[in-house]
Amino acid sequence: MTETQTMTEAKISIRGIRKTFEMKDSEFVALGNVDLDIQDNEFVTVVGPSGCGKSTMMNILAGLEEPTSGSAHVDGRDVHGPGPERGVIFQQYALFPWLTVRKNVEFGLKVAGVGKAERRERADHFIEMVGLEHFADALPKMLSGGMKQRCAIARAYAVNPSILLMDEPFGALDALTRVKLQEQLLDTWSREQRTVMFITHDVDEAVFLANRVVVMAARPGRIFDVIDVNLPYPRTVDVRLTPEFAELRNRVWHAVYHQGPDAVPYEQTK
Amino acid sequence: MASPMNAQSEGSVVDQDATVTSSGTAANAGVSPTPSAPKRQKMDPRKKMFIYNAISIVAGIAIWWGLALTDLQLPTPPEVVAKAVELWDQGLMQEDIIASLTRVLTGFAIGSALAIPVGFVMGWYAPARGLFEPWIQFFRTIPPLALLPLVLVLLGIGEVPKIFVIFLASFLACVISTYQGVVSVEGTLINAARVLGAKDGTIFARVVIPASTPFILVGMRVGLGSAWATLVAAELLAAQAGLGFRMQQAQIYYDLATIFVNIIIIGILGLVMDRILLFTEAKLTGWQERR
Repeated sequence: MTETQTMTEAKISIRGIRKTFEMKDSEFVALGNVDLDIQDNEFVTVVGPSGCGKSTMMNILAGLEEPTSGSAHVDGRDVHGPGPERGVIFQQYALFPWLTVRKNVEFGLKVAGVGKAERRERADHFIEMVGLEHFADALPKMLSGGMKQRCAIARAYAVNPSILLMDEPFGALDALTRVKLQEQLLDTWSREQRTVMFITHDVDEAVFLANRVVVMAARPGRIFDVIDVNLPYPRTVDVRLTPEFAELRNRVWHAVYHQGPDAVPYEQTK
Repeated sequence: MASPMNAQSEGSVVDQDATVTSSGTAANAGVSPTPSAPKRQKMDPRKKMFIYNAISIVAGIAIWWGLALTDLQLPTPPEVVAKAVELWDQGLMQEDIIASLTRVLTGFAIGSALAIPVGFVMGWYAPARGLFEPWIQFFRTIPPLALLPLVLVLLGIGEVPKIFVIFLASFLACVISTYQGVVSVEGTLINAARVLGAKDGTIFARVVIPASTPFILVGMRVGLGSAWATLVAAELLAAQAGLGFRMQQAQIYYDLATIFVNIIIIGILGLVMDRILLFTEAKLTGWQERR
């Protein structure tokens, strides 16, 4: 927790992280010696096949899991346990179903002891940011999947986190809603700059959103390739139709689906 | 912060999203702020149901009346009504209802009040689960009434033994489902609270308790049903007043009309108490997503 640990300039730095799970008579290596630096205000997407440890990596950064060895730092501080400075958005929305949209967004502020008036003002700001102002008093069960995830994004933003960790947030949505939310997320990100680590298994999504795509491989979970995406922001739907986008997408596809001789048959993942 | 242009483009995205979902599934029509349309559609089937119910009740009474006119020696509906009026005028009915309700509500209140914390502790701390579970599982297999002989010997024949078996019946039903509620709280909800900065105490109060409310209320309903059944049976065995006691007395004098009156009262009171809990459940857990 001391400031002397500000040894790296990176916003997020992962140093030699290894995570193993004990099996019956073997050891499953979820992450084997991963190093990664993410700069301030960078939007990094992480893609890879199942079992490559991308979610494990995110959980370690979120403080929901501890690494077996190695360390993670955010803003130069060691990560131990979860904290509101690291916002997390889950694939399953994880909204509190008994609370209205506004109360959900206010949750973190209430925990932090923010007064009622300020809580409401800040919540309303972020609810408006994600376009849910007409649904502020609605319960989650009244919302579509896309609206639920927008509410979760507002909730994460409300506590003013330094970084945002997103674990396949649009994975459960239909293709059309997903594309809209991707654009909306970039719009939000351009106005409320944060360092984002976004996990996905969708190559198009990874390229469309990122400054940099981190491609991971499984068995052991590791970083396979890092591909810079030099497409200018703001990105609109037209970007997807450019040859540059196609080229980048091909590169990422190749990195994800042709991961060389290290690939191991699926049965052994069990 | 938000330029007007941004706000506008975002607004259009929202509208499209909402349109897509509401036209996609009719069930999501509740998204619109005025849910009057689906309500009107529901009115008809509900009315129909009511008519069917009324027909069923009238037919049931008619069959009863028919049987009473045969050799079965049943009292006819008018005889039962007359008996009910008589019992009311004598003040016996009120006395019995108050005696029975006091017992059941006391036992039920103590049972639920104790079951909820015990269930929470069992769900939250593994050692507590290990300590409580064998006893709860053991007593769950014994009908509370089967303990009445023992309880009568130990606690005498006053109010205490009857309240005790009712307490046991409602406690056992409620404790199991509270415990189930706590262990089935979704891990992602707890994680969501943790990453927003919540510590254990807050998570318990603001996530675990509301998330397990539906389970607790189901347990309370089952507990109340079981308590009511136990009560009436307990009164048949040992009481000086109460609905069960009155039937026991009537049996001695071959007074079938009184037995009928009390059976009907027991049914109606049980139904009313269940409806009250059902209503509470709907109020408190209306946030649940029906799958």
